[in-house]
Amino acid sequence: MSAGLEISLIAALISAACALPGAFLVFRRMSMMTDAITHSILLGIVLAFFRTRDLTSPWLIVGATLMGVFTVWLTETLTQTRLLKEDAAIGIVYSTLFSVAIILIALNARSVHIDTDSVLLGELAFAPFDRLILFGRDFGARSIYLSGIVLIINLAVIGIFYKELRLTTFDPAFAAAIGFSPFIVHYLLMLLVSMTAVAAFEAVGSVLVVAFMIIPPVTAGFLSDNMKTQFVLSALIGALSGVVGYAAAVKLDVSIAGCMAVVCGLFFMLAFLFAPKRGWVSERARYWARKIEFDRFTLLTHLIHHAGSEIEERENSLASLPHHLGWSPRRVERASRYLIERGTIRSFNGIFFVSDRGKTEYLSYCRELFGDAAENFDPANGG
Amino acid sequence: MKSETAIVVEDLTVAYDVKPVLWDVDLDIPAGTLTAIIGPNGAGKTTLLKAILGLVKPISGSIEFPTVGKNARKDLIAYVPQSGSVDWDFPVNALDVVMMGRYGYLGWFRRPGKADRAAAMEALAAVGMESFALRQIDQLSGGQQQRVFLARALVQNAEIYLMDEPFKGVDARTEKAIVALLKGLKNDGKTVVVVHHDLQTVRGTFDRVALINLHVIDSGPIQTVFNESNLARTYGGKEFLASAHKGERHD
Repeated sequence: MSAGLEISLIAALISAACALPGAFLVFRRMSMMTDAITHSILLGIVLAFFRTRDLTSPWLIVGATLMGVFTVWLTETLTQTRLLKEDAAIGIVYSTLFSVAIILIALNARSVHIDTDSVLLGELAFAPFDRLILFGRDFGARSIYLSGIVLIINLAVIGIFYKELRLTTFDPAFAAAIGFSPFIVHYLLMLLVSMTAVAAFEAVGSVLVVAFMIIPPVTAGFLSDNMKTQFVLSALIGALSGVVGYAAAVKLDVSIAGCMAVVCGLFFMLAFLFAPKRGWVSERARYWARKIEFDRFTLLTHLIHHAGSEIEERENSLASLPHHLGWSPRRVERASRYLIERGTIRSFNGIFFVSDRGKTEYLSYCRELFGDAAENFDPANGG
Repeated sequence: MKSETAIVVEDLTVAYDVKPVLWDVDLDIPAGTLTAIIGPNGAGKTTLLKAILGLVKPISGSIEFPTVGKNARKDLIAYVPQSGSVDWDFPVNALDVVMMGRYGYLGWFRRPGKADRAAAMEALAAVGMESFALRQIDQLSGGQQQRVFLARALVQNAEIYLMDEPFKGVDARTEKAIVALLKGLKNDGKTVVVVHHDLQTVRGTFDRVALINLHVIDSGPIQTVFNESNLARTYGGKEFLASAHKGERHD
């Protein structure tokens, strides 16, 4: 396997692994907790290294995972004192723990070979040099197996606890009432997030972990209503960002992880703008369609209210309506032309009259807007 | 013949920090009755429900369910939270939410199957929502969301139902449907306790009432307890007069 293919594969596996627990973080409005976890795990790695003196020891992963869970616990405990807010608690906890790790590394520079620059953006380019060699045979880059295992663990745990995760995320009080402890499920998820962050962190650095955990699930949320479809989509979006980002980085000769995060962000922008139902463009289009329809209804309401009164002439003429409604002549013209074409109103000597069909349409629109209370708006009932 | 008691609340005090929300509350709810809990805002009505469910820890006192027993499954006591308490943008449909009512019966790990699905559909039909089963919950109206919550409680097939303001923000049609549903539960011998805020509809819907404002002011059958002097004691003078006046106009 070529180095490029290996890097793409690692990125695809890691991003898919991140997207699974990441989706639940987004549902739980805990997106920024990933930022905290991905930074403070460095302290866990450093502390575990001081015990083992071995940078390849699996205890580093254990230490870092526990530090991730500790970060969540500390943040929540601080928040529960009600002496400060959650966002402040997150900012305080992770910046402090991360800085302690940086200082510890600097103080022990001779014995700890952790490059603090690579912490933020990882060293994906070097991942293919770290081989898994068993019985003298080369089985490929070690990171492929590490990220593959994490992906399988995430799939398994979320598969097994899907029901519980969904229940406690949607309605924790109800979950507790029927005997499912939201606390246990919460910390199980945090354990999963921390473990994933630790595995991903080594290869891609903390910024890309945050990008992979948050952006694909949010993007998928724009594209589908169904939770399972969202999971599949977000894993695919993450994997695609990894592959495309790597190709872009090679082409531009810049940071691989940086490019992947940017591509991920671009996918989000595309979905945010152009998603069929929930995107910004279709939302705006719906908004304008509603606004234009409501203009017509407003004009019709005004005409009906003043129909048959002595001042009808003054109120309901094309010349005076812009003044009465506070609209531009063009706006009045646009709404009235539509109503005339529809046969809802008629124009006579520059004055508008509502037809029987117009009255029927007005009432049905009222019912749509106000339900049973619409009777109050029937001009036949005295308005 | 003395009827059985479904919920026994004794000497219950709940406080946030040192400010009591419920203060030495004693309350018996007979089995097979339909009870309204009424009281002004901040009287501790929701807290009382949550304490009964074990969701908030009391400072003192005890709660027992003699008809259900101590070691019974937790989901024999059904809870309908205020519909505003959850995020309705969550990507699930109405049927998914109702199925959650079966989770207590299923326990950890076990997945819902065909029978659970059928039970959930039946519960949706009971609240007149079967045609909305596959609708995303963010596309339901407030009244429809409330009915989905009720269906979720129905599917639990519980003995005791605790509901927090199920009539809040619902349209006239949903209100009628909920009243019919509550009476149906009562006729099936279930015990139903509802936190309620509309004094006008207490009579005609419920058969018992518990008036609460920090303490239990009084509790018992509507005919003997739901009267002006008790309401004045619960709500204080001003608020009560305003609502009594509104009642006259409606009649």
